[in-house]
Amino acid sequence: MVAIPAVTRDPMTRNRTAVWLLGVAVVMTVLQYSGVLPAWLHRIPDAMIPPFAIWLDAFFNFVKDDLGLLKFTRFLTAGLENVLDTSGNIFYGKRRWPNLGPIPWTAIAAVAAVIGYYLGGWRLALLAGGTFVWTALIGQWKIAMETMSVVVVAAPLAFVIGLSLGIAAWKYTWVDKAMKPVLSVLQTLPFFTYLLPAVIFFKVGPTAGAVATTIYAIPPMILMTTLGLQKVSPEVVEAGKMSGCSKFQMLRHVYIPSARTEILVGVNQVIMLCLAMVVLTAFIGMPGLGAKLLAMMGSFKLGRSFEIGVTIVLLAVTLDRMSKAWVVKQPEHFEKGTSWVNRHKTLVLAVAVFIGFILLAQVLPIASEIGRGQDFSKGKELDNLIKGFLAIDLVQSITYGIRYFLNVWILNPFRDFMLSIPIPAMIMVVVAFSVWLGGKREGVIAAIFFGLVALSGWWDRSMITLYSVLAAVSIAMLIGIPIGILAARSDRWSRRVLLACDTAQTFPSFIYLIPAIMLFGITATAVVGSILIFAMVPLTRYTIEGLRTVPPEMTEAADMAGATRMQKLVNVELPLALPTMAVGFNQAIMFAFFMVIIAAFIGTQDLGQELQRTLAGTDLGKNFVLGICVSLMALTFDLVIMKWAADKKKALGLP
Amino acid sequence: MKKMTTALTAGVLTLAPLAVMAQDSSDPIVIPIHNWSSQIVMSNVVGQILEGAGNNVEYVTTDSQAVYESVRTGDVTMELEVWEGAFGASFRAAMEKGGIVDVGDHNAVTREDWWYPMWTKDACPGLPDWEALNACAAVFATPETGGKGRYLDGPVDWLKHGQERVAALDMDFTVINAGSAAALWAEIGAAEADKKPIVVFNWTPNFAEAVWPGEFVEFPAWEEGCDKDPAVGPNPDALYDCGNPATGYLKKAAWDGMEAKWPAAYATLEAISFTNPQIAEMAKLVDIDEMEPEEAAEVWLEANPDVWGSWVN
Repeated sequence: MVAIPAVTRDPMTRNRTAVWLLGVAVVMTVLQYSGVLPAWLHRIPDAMIPPFAIWLDAFFNFVKDDLGLLKFTRFLTAGLENVLDTSGNIFYGKRRWPNLGPIPWTAIAAVAAVIGYYLGGWRLALLAGGTFVWTALIGQWKIAMETMSVVVVAAPLAFVIGLSLGIAAWKYTWVDKAMKPVLSVLQTLPFFTYLLPAVIFFKVGPTAGAVATTIYAIPPMILMTTLGLQKVSPEVVEAGKMSGCSKFQMLRHVYIPSARTEILVGVNQVIMLCLAMVVLTAFIGMPGLGAKLLAMMGSFKLGRSFEIGVTIVLLAVTLDRMSKAWVVKQPEHFEKGTSWVNRHKTLVLAVAVFIGFILLAQVLPIASEIGRGQDFSKGKELDNLIKGFLAIDLVQSITYGIRYFLNVWILNPFRDFMLSIPIPAMIMVVVAFSVWLGGKREGVIAAIFFGLVALSGWWDRSMITLYSVLAAVSIAMLIGIPIGILAARSDRWSRRVLLACDTAQTFPSFIYLIPAIMLFGITATAVVGSILIFAMVPLTRYTIEGLRTVPPEMTEAADMAGATRMQKLVNVELPLALPTMAVGFNQAIMFAFFMVIIAAFIGTQDLGQELQRTLAGTDLGKNFVLGICVSLMALTFDLVIMKWAADKKKALGLP
Repeated sequence: MKKMTTALTAGVLTLAPLAVMAQDSSDPIVIPIHNWSSQIVMSNVVGQILEGAGNNVEYVTTDSQAVYESVRTGDVTMELEVWEGAFGASFRAAMEKGGIVDVGDHNAVTREDWWYPMWTKDACPGLPDWEALNACAAVFATPETGGKGRYLDGPVDWLKHGQERVAALDMDFTVINAGSAAALWAEIGAAEADKKPIVVFNWTPNFAEAVWPGEFVEFPAWEEGCDKDPAVGPNPDALYDCGNPATGYLKKAAWDGMEAKWPAAYATLEAISFTNPQIAEMAKLVDIDEMEPEEAAEVWLEANPDVWGSWVN
């Protein structure tokens, strides 16, 4: 009986605190509008902003030159460069050791098909083989292989490092504790923040791209490894101990095989992230699909962008489906005495087709390489088609109408309003929101995080970033949630839309810029548009999942009480689905923070633009400060929403 | 006897460069590629010339400002287009730190600044004066910029200081950065259909002047120190309150280890000099004729053997 008032009292005081903070914030903003608020309360005077960037620069320079980190990383660079040169030679014929490549496209396509067949039968064989055939026929073989040659180096590297760190975190609690906050920051840090240090420490070009990609792909591998190892059942461990395994044997033969599924899910995530990021490293000069896409999109050649987009999507879907099939596929066991050839049918077949096509390529040049002018690309024609479509008066007036309405009535006033709020008032609003949803601890963290953003001296740009995120996610909710609700009504549509969402989530983020640029050109509206599409996917997906997992007893009870469909939805299903939907909302916000920074290249006025500008110099300090600003804002949302979802789930008794 | 010595000496002297040439390292010469066409094609042209002379060449796409740091450390071997207005500051900074050498000028005069196609004058007759431009800022407004005019600047990494100039001269413009040079051409092309007034960043030598006749906006004339000393220029409290130099240089730069490592290639680099029309022609091959850069380079080399023949020796 004592526990109940305690639980109910807490939210009451929380709400009161939140209302108080909000009240003060409103009063301050009103004072600002009536012009009586002193300027130093509206914006922190420049003189009071600590020069974080200069301090950080001094620190980085000390580590880089005085401690000799640069020498060490340049030493690593040399090794990595050799590996990349080798894979570059094999995949696209870079003139380096071992001077064997490039492998004929037919051979790679055939081997991919064989592996696809082994993992998932004919359908996967068709997908894998087809992807590579498409890439070759459309005339993008070389750039696709430039991209793949880095993925095949970065992904295994990220896997090995992630697995080792994951094992260390599982073995020693202090490692886990020390790593958790670092991982959270790493996962919210904008990708541009990875790029500049990579260039400085690992040389401009593919090496820097590979390093940035690898580092970005490590965190999920660590998390999945730890998760998998923690779930290994005590019985299995006992059995291992009874058979007298040594420590290493325990790890190698007991723990890792038992955690196989989680580790392979980690592998899947590593591969997908590597592909997505390697495309983005085009910003620091990585050649390949990303560089071409960037160039084509920048010059508004949408047909050619579209073709490259299709190739990237096909590669992503193929890699995703193959690695997922690997997760599901159980290891095969053979009768004793099965011959080597029978046990390794796939390997033998793969080697046979590989050699076969290499031999074929010697006599038939087209099987080795599709030359300039031999491809089936219709890029130029598509360019003109899309240009023609966009030039139709009706289309133009519609897109212009949307642009005008969105900007003049919604986006610009919203932005100007956010910028007009005094800093303390804005912090109070965020804290009020955190206290109300999360609790006291979340409130304090929010205050510290946003306080740091204010002290960074990039407040206005941070607010523009935040405004883009909030505006785009709000619009995405208006579209994504109704789609989810409609789809959740029937099994069939749920499955279809979930499949679409799943597939869309494997697309590298860069792809989402294409449709936005197609419709709105190179404008701020296109930025919001691309974030909107990207953020809609998790919103729809978790709405469906939330609604589909509402316990049937609950809906039956509502039916018996004679609720209409609408009443049932609003009063029973949505409240129960809300914690799951909150997870989707959180993901949407994280995606939006990621996207808004990349969209800088369309021309934004926010932190992303400044970050992109740092890529042109050696200002590590500034680069880092900007990245942390994004990270702090994203982390605040992440903390508060996830806390709320967890609390709510507990209160509702949901799993 | 004496004659013979002279002959021998002469022989040795003429052969000496050949002997040095044979010493060019087989390591790849790394040529940086940036995001505007003339530079990309010129890099490919020079790359193919050097490859023809037996050098091993590789291209790497880099940022056009950060490249000077890479040249300094030797990660990149040379830079073929150092524009005074755009990269003078980065180049001078790198020179001060050391590791980079000035390999001479192209026979070209460069200028880069705010620019408009001729039809814009119909909507804003006071041009090219910048104050007249500012007076008709509303003509350049878009839904995104609200009441202010839109000025489409070059990509952010070109560090054009458009933003600073708008602030320093208190102009009614919003600066939007294009994603790439090609985005600028796409915008001008789109504006051409309806003869919409537009003001964008542009430069010469460039193919654009042949396709869309236009003029640069006349800002307060460039004075030395305008980017360093607030007192210089009309606004006593701000930097960047004047236009860019109207007759800027176009230089070549190289890593200071290049001469020792690839002496013959270095000699070629010293001899190389492109003119305004040649540079515009190279950009046109890509931007208008839609060739791939390496293809454009082949075409250009084939069409102009007399230009580049003398550079290789």
